[in-house]
Amino acid sequence: MKHIAKIMTFLVAITAVWISLLQTAMIPQSHTWLLPLYLIVSLGCYGLLMVGVGLMQFPTCPQEAVLLQQDVIEAKQFLKHNGVDVGSD
Amino acid sequence: MTFCCVVRDVDFEIIIVDDGSPDGTQDIVKQLQQAYGDDRILLRARPKKLGLGTAYIHGLKHASGNFVVIMDADLSHHPKYLPHFIKKQIETRADIVTGTRYVKGGGVHGWTLMRKLTSRGANVLAHTLLWPGVSDMTGSFRLYKKSVLEDIISSCVSKGYVFQMEMIVRASRKGYHIEEVPITFVDRVYGSSKLGGSEIVEYLKGLVYLLFTT
Repeated sequence: MKHIAKIMTFLVAITAVWISLLQTAMIPQSHTWLLPLYLIVSLGCYGLLMVGVGLMQFPTCPQEAVLLQQDVIEAKQFLKHNGVDVGSD
Repeated sequence: MTFCCVVRDVDFEIIIVDDGSPDGTQDIVKQLQQAYGDDRILLRARPKKLGLGTAYIHGLKHASGNFVVIMDADLSHHPKYLPHFIKKQIETRADIVTGTRYVKGGGVHGWTLMRKLTSRGANVLAHTLLWPGVSDMTGSFRLYKKSVLEDIISSCVSKGYVFQMEMIVRASRKGYHIEEVPITFVDRVYGSSKLGGSEIVEYLKGLVYLLFTT
């Protein structure tokens, strides 16, 4: 099944639940009508939260840049020793 | 060179696909061939820039091993992680081992806040829509079983880093066993990488394409 079909199935299932809620009137209808809005808002909140958390915990590695420079110098010396000229930039 | 020390007892060849870089890449590769032998260092040049996907296919045609590691040669992918990939593959018998920047032990250096924000946003969007089962979809430092790479590469048509995403999503949908190892990514020391409006549009198009075709 294509992925879009999975997502559509999921959406249809949610809509079905929503319609049945409207029909059975388990909760007041005025509330039920607002549920899709709540769903969209909470989805947006989830997205923003995930981006925010991801940004706060973004793994950085400044020490790796230093190590890399050391490795580059070491590699250049090694290569020079083996007759490979990689330039001096 | 770290690379040579750590993989001394591993049988390897390095295939360099160069699309006519103006920076003298090919001269240096030829010197390396003299130092290490041209059975170890293979230069497979192409006359002009023809895109990432076809570069992979081009390189793959000349690969003689059972496993293929694809990595960028601009030092944003450090060869010191190669043993981690190999160890992980041996331990788990995985079809693909993919490097991830977004877990403990991994990381990125040299990105601006804007770049990080775009990256996180893109990641959350892709995960919510595609459920790929891997944490880093656009990274390109990966180890593949050769047969698996041949299988998935033939069904991928995207360009640029959407191509990386397409490969891992298709592999995941085909039920291949994918494992992850943390890697660090130091943004290009040589040359510069770009991420502008057109890249974001390409990314979104790629996302929709993958939604409908995988």
